[in-house]
Amino acid sequence: MIREGTLNIVILCLLVAVPAYAYVMNEPFTITLATRAVIFALAGVGLNLALGQGGLVSFGHAAYFGMGGYAMGILASHAQNYDPIFDGAFLIEGTNSMPVIWVVAVVSSALLALLIGALSLRTSGVYFIMVTLAFGQMFYYFAISWPAYGGEDGLSIYVRNQFPGLNTLDPIQFFGICFAILCLVLLFVDRLNKSPFGLALNGAHQNEERARTVGINVYKLRLVAFVISGAITGLAGALFADLNRFVSPTMFSWAISGEIMIFIILGGVARLFGPVVGAAVYILLEHFLGGLSDYWFIYLGAILLGMVLFAKGGIIGKLAKKETHHGG
Amino acid sequence: MSTILLIEQILNGLQFGVMLFLMAAGLTLIFGVMGLINLAHGSLYMIGAFAAAAVAGWSGNFLLALIASLIAAAIFGVIVEMTVIRRLYKRDHLDQVLATFALILIFSEATRWTFGSFPLFLDIPAVLKGTVILPGGIEYSLYRLTIILIGLAVALGLYLLISKTRVGMRIRAGENDREMIGALGVDISVLYTMVFALGAALAGLSGALVGAIQSVEVGMGEPVLILAFVVIVIGGIGSIRGALAGAILVGLTDTLGRTLLPVLFSSFMDGSAATTVGSALASMLIYILMAGVLIFKPTGLFGSA
Amino acid sequence: MADSILRVSDIHKSFGALKASDGITLDLRQGEIHALIGPNGAGKSTLIKQIAGGLRPDSGSVTFLDQDVTRHSVAERARLGLARTFQISALAMDLTVLENAVLGAIGQRGSVFSFFRPAMKNAGLLSQARAALAQVGLEEDEATITAELSHGQRRQLEVAVALTLAPKAFLMDEPMAGMGAEGSKALTRFLQELKHQAPILLVEHDMDAIFACADRISVLVYGKIIATGSVDDIRANPDVRTAYLGEEDAA
Repeated sequence: MIREGTLNIVILCLLVAVPAYAYVMNEPFTITLATRAVIFALAGVGLNLALGQGGLVSFGHAAYFGMGGYAMGILASHAQNYDPIFDGAFLIEGTNSMPVIWVVAVVSSALLALLIGALSLRTSGVYFIMVTLAFGQMFYYFAISWPAYGGEDGLSIYVRNQFPGLNTLDPIQFFGICFAILCLVLLFVDRLNKSPFGLALNGAHQNEERARTVGINVYKLRLVAFVISGAITGLAGALFADLNRFVSPTMFSWAISGEIMIFIILGGVARLFGPVVGAAVYILLEHFLGGLSDYWFIYLGAILLGMVLFAKGGIIGKLAKKETHHGG
Repeated sequence: MSTILLIEQILNGLQFGVMLFLMAAGLTLIFGVMGLINLAHGSLYMIGAFAAAAVAGWSGNFLLALIASLIAAAIFGVIVEMTVIRRLYKRDHLDQVLATFALILIFSEATRWTFGSFPLFLDIPAVLKGTVILPGGIEYSLYRLTIILIGLAVALGLYLLISKTRVGMRIRAGENDREMIGALGVDISVLYTMVFALGAALAGLSGALVGAIQSVEVGMGEPVLILAFVVIVIGGIGSIRGALAGAILVGLTDTLGRTLLPVLFSSFMDGSAATTVGSALASMLIYILMAGVLIFKPTGLFGSA
Repeated sequence: MADSILRVSDIHKSFGALKASDGITLDLRQGEIHALIGPNGAGKSTLIKQIAGGLRPDSGSVTFLDQDVTRHSVAERARLGLARTFQISALAMDLTVLENAVLGAIGQRGSVFSFFRPAMKNAGLLSQARAALAQVGLEEDEATITAELSHGQRRQLEVAVALTLAPKAFLMDEPMAGMGAEGSKALTRFLQELKHQAPILLVEHDMDAIFACADRISVLVYGKIIATGSVDDIRANPDVRTAYLGEEDAA
């Protein structure tokens, strides 16, 4: 058993070492795999704030992942076609600048999470799971039936978006961008978890009645957490779309919501680095099991089932000893 | 739009609704009695459809296919309940969601492995092909009318089962108080397996009946599962009556929305834009309905506070 | 009443045909322990919920610090200084003792939406939490995970969390439940000091403890207060004897 903090540093080092090695060996595909892992991890870190820290089992985080993806797709497609998004009293043009796209992705998915959260948080428990799942599905169907941005076929973006001073088409440089964002978000979420807000969120998760009786407005608390959670997953969606240079309604599908949840469970619920480990392991399984069999989801399902029934706490729970979430 | 077309759409909505009811009734019963949220219910729907398609292909007999769908789904239900599900009753909802999600992955891939990725087709039997003339001169598909009747018969059967029989009394006791049912001297694990198998059989039957209208393929269960969740949220969890009301409301809203909204929008927009906006909005309509219920009655129309 | 801190006026609450609160009026005055007793099913829990804010009365009002709080939420009442303890400990079991107390301080100070400074390095929150722990004698155990506390210690922590709320009144639901005779006695002495800090509305089954520490007693039977008075008044009241104490004697 090792300290969770030490383990986290080892995890980050591994996450850099693999693409660095691939860069030296000139294996761009491996770098792309690592980038996928980093982006999935980011999506998972977002969900983990709501699910792990807050106990809000959202089965609809694909809505924010897809929202981020379409924010990128819509802005970039208008930019590549030189076709303004809105041309009336004022002019809104598309853009291929990553930072602008990120801001739009974060804001739009935060607003979506505010709307869905405000409704879903009126319920709890099993209702909450069903309602978030249903709202996620609503955006899936909307994306399919709205033809302006490709409908069912999705949108292809031919050139990766720009980041000042970097060549984003170089796999290792794009990996660097995604990795830097993941680190910044992890730092942010770590501070958030330790802040009064994080303690209150965790306290309300463990005992809602207690949180209320010390004067905490639990609904508002959870809504804010849900919005931040959705915004982070939305940012991951924008990066994912940029990685593939493609967005489609699939990003909104319930299976994506389930996958994001799997990252958290594989790694460890409410552990800061749980989704990071989980996403990396998921990518490894996908790569190696997927290479062995076309039906690798059977094995994934069996592993997931085994973990839920017999190995609560995920991989980090097995490797690191229990630390209090807020202790010093 | 003509009245006849409208009535036809209402009947279609009703048919869609009773199918959703078969799914939602099982889900809500399983939740009410065992406190379990079962995402793999869609897989049982799929299993019913595949079993029906396979047996129909082999025997050519539709009735045999329907019986096969009931039996196959019930058997799988019993197996899953005894190996996995019963370990989940005392777990939290997150564990239930994850474990039953894992079951979806396993069932879907196993079905793909067995039957391949191409959809199967289940033919409507010859006796039920064609149309009937309803009172008022409305011509309507005999098969869809049969589905409506089967669905309503199942609803009546469930009502009688739960309100009039000994098993039903135990189910009601289980819903109200899980401790009490043990005190009644009922073997609780047998009751749970039976309830789960009943829910599974209803899902399987539903899959088989719909399979003859649509194609039978892997992944067909989950969209229906999510719609059944919408039904349950609207109707109120644990209530069969709520499931029936919610299912018919959702069926009608969805079907009529898809027909009427584009027409409605074309009254003040030009044709193609109206179709686009109307059908996009129609695809969201039942979720908007659900949002409305959440605002005004978060426990559902028939749910208790 | 000028010195009444908390006042319940003519509260009615029905569940179907059952009248759980049938015109209840009572008040809590500065510096007193006011005990609420009654047989099981008399409607004590329902009344407590309405005072704390978890349940809204059908009619009637709740006044706290001269303010009508009938429509306030649990959290709003808590922020005004209405501190509640539970019959079954309501604590965040995986957090430490100190973290539970800090949670109270966060709620009381309204600093829920501060996102960056670590809560456990915030001197203001910590001193408020530690003062409350010291008052109940849990300062040595601040680093213990709450789930590992003994039953009696959890009851103490329950009170400590209430103390972080800068309480103007306490609402205590069976604080003696599950405590041994020694623990009960110690808690009784503690409550007699605590009442000078803020008055206590005490729901309790332990009659010895109540007769030892209550300044006034109200007897609730079938949703109605049948008597209010000093310990001696209540002991002597024939209605109370038949309705309630008689049962106790028989039991």
